[in-house]
Amino acid sequence: MSAALLEISDLRTEFDTDDGLSVPVDGVSFSIPEGKTVGLVGESGCGKSLTALSVMRLVPPPGRTVSGQVAFRKRDLLSLSERQMREVRGRDISMIFQEPMTSLNPVMRIGAQIIEPIVLHEGASRREARERGVEMLEKVGIPEASRRFYDYPHQMSGGMRQRAMIAMALSCGPALVIADEPTTALDVTIQAQILELLRTLQAEMGMSVLLITHDLSVVAQLADEVVVMYAGSIVERASAENLYAHPLHPYTEGLFDSLPGFHARQERLNVIRGQVPDPTHYPGGCKFRPRCSYEYEKCAERPGLLKGTDEHLAACWLVEDTERRKKPQTQRV
Amino acid sequence: MEEVVLARKPRSPLRLAMRRLKRHKTAMAGLFVLVALYLSALFADFIAPYSFDDELRGNSHAPPSKIHFVDAEGKFHLQPFVYGVSFEFDEFHERVFAEDKTKRYPIKLFVRGDEHKLLWVFPTDIHLIGVDKPARLYLMGADSRGRDLFSRILYGGRISLSVGLVGVTVSFLLGLTVGGIAGYFGGWVDSALMRMCEMIMIIPGFYLMLALRAAFPPTLPSTSVYVMIVLIMSFIGWAGLARVVRGMVLSIASKDYVTAAKAVGGKDIIIIFKHVLPNTLSYVIVSLTLSIPGYILGESALSLLGLGIQDPQASWGNLLSDAMHVTEIQFHPWMLIPGAFIFVTVMAFNFLGDGLRDAFDPRMEVGRG
Repeated sequence: MSAALLEISDLRTEFDTDDGLSVPVDGVSFSIPEGKTVGLVGESGCGKSLTALSVMRLVPPPGRTVSGQVAFRKRDLLSLSERQMREVRGRDISMIFQEPMTSLNPVMRIGAQIIEPIVLHEGASRREARERGVEMLEKVGIPEASRRFYDYPHQMSGGMRQRAMIAMALSCGPALVIADEPTTALDVTIQAQILELLRTLQAEMGMSVLLITHDLSVVAQLADEVVVMYAGSIVERASAENLYAHPLHPYTEGLFDSLPGFHARQERLNVIRGQVPDPTHYPGGCKFRPRCSYEYEKCAERPGLLKGTDEHLAACWLVEDTERRKKPQTQRV
Repeated sequence: MEEVVLARKPRSPLRLAMRRLKRHKTAMAGLFVLVALYLSALFADFIAPYSFDDELRGNSHAPPSKIHFVDAEGKFHLQPFVYGVSFEFDEFHERVFAEDKTKRYPIKLFVRGDEHKLLWVFPTDIHLIGVDKPARLYLMGADSRGRDLFSRILYGGRISLSVGLVGVTVSFLLGLTVGGIAGYFGGWVDSALMRMCEMIMIIPGFYLMLALRAAFPPTLPSTSVYVMIVLIMSFIGWAGLARVVRGMVLSIASKDYVTAAKAVGGKDIIIIFKHVLPNTLSYVIVSLTLSIPGYILGESALSLLGLGIQDPQASWGNLLSDAMHVTEIQFHPWMLIPGAFIFVTVMAFNFLGDGLRDAFDPRMEVGRG
């Protein structure tokens, strides 16, 4: 196993809200190996994006990261000064956002935005920065790059903008790219192109990717390892093959079950019953307990990540009580 | 290597708005009037027949010169001309002017007159129009000291028109910076700055202006008075803008592109000026245009009360102060002409501002399909 580029341990981010303390990131630990892609999967509101923002230290106020460690190349990002952190952002770690419509400044030319990291971190001259910017645009497959360099965002299609966004994120050759739902706002054909682009660029530039998505098929296409998040915590961690072959956690299982089958024609889609818990009031014990069809006495105690086969971890007592798994105890619908 | 040159310009949001503005007739009319006024102020010393302080006491309150084409013998002249004037007193001891029809004084172009420096640089004595001495050309009449009102209005425009531009620039720089910082950083910085703005806003503007004026010595050289007026009015004007900008920045700062700019390692202050504030530009340009009249009127009000620009320097406000008495208006109605200039300027700015607002309004695009 290659060395970990980024090692997140016990990360906790809180918000003071009128309804009390909200903990959308509640003790998250995982690592991203050098040159690999890790998929971070979960429903909307489970804390995936905030985990990413916590790593970048860009959690919007009043949110704050209160404990944990984010070790990037063995250096704890959470203890850096703001100035040192700015050096890291864009140069070592950069980010691709979900909405290409809103993640580019509408009143700035595409080119000026793409070269921003180059100018900021490498102090490149205008000319040099321009050359590299055009080069980046070519690299992400934008035709007529030297002309498009002077376009404004509204002159580009969604897919093009996302390409431009990728060009901006990669312009300094970062070691880690955090892609926060990079294809969610795009239609399916463009999605495939963007994923393909990410894959080729990764092969070319050798960076690690943290791919945040709620789309299991996207993860299947790109990720080497998968981390499943539920209600601010990690419920399962495994290599992509293992996870898809044998999901251990009932939540992951539920996610796979709720995908529409391709062959069998179904009247209704399977759903995981119940609601994602409110981050101000997590249920006691296992957070998934109120929605889980396997629930039993032991679930009153919250399980840590338990080791199954190989490198497969899941936060569920069933990993140990393998017998119970066979038949769900209570079948409520 | 071949490079294909395409005739397609990148269309910035600003350029698109300007194109819409060109279709807006009243706004373009306003713009045209303003350009004419500002040019006339810029070249005041060249266009004006006389210097602003060139007085001729004998011609006190001389009415506007009548411009003739036909002389006393009924002969037509292609070149317009005026007659010299002389006066006698009537029963109210008011001067009654009469034309002396024995000698014609043709109105000439590029005549020699008072010395001046064109654009503050080139010394010359050429004026655009004028008549030979001893006659005088009073296009808009004369004031109590026999100075040409038209010339004084042109010189006054230099002050009255520029006070708006300079004042607005100062107060907008202040308002944008304060509003940008307050909205972007939020928290206690925001609260502190906004309470400060409210402190300024709760004091009625005109009294604040008078109070601030009282802080300066009553007699100041005219340049210091000018600077003082600009500072006072900018000080009053920035708070309202800062509040609106803060609100806009608050919403812009939560946009993804601001997070994206942070995520590439941008410094906060640079993000504010490079990413956040340019997005308020459409509002700011409109608001800027619409608030210039306030500065022009403010200067006029101060000068009208004798607290602003002092005689012999001219501004539209202190020219109007000569027309404060009913008798003045009754006997010398031309003394009100500076008021017409203020009126036209303010209207023109409002037309232009309305046009700009329509041009920047994104809903317009939906309407046009």
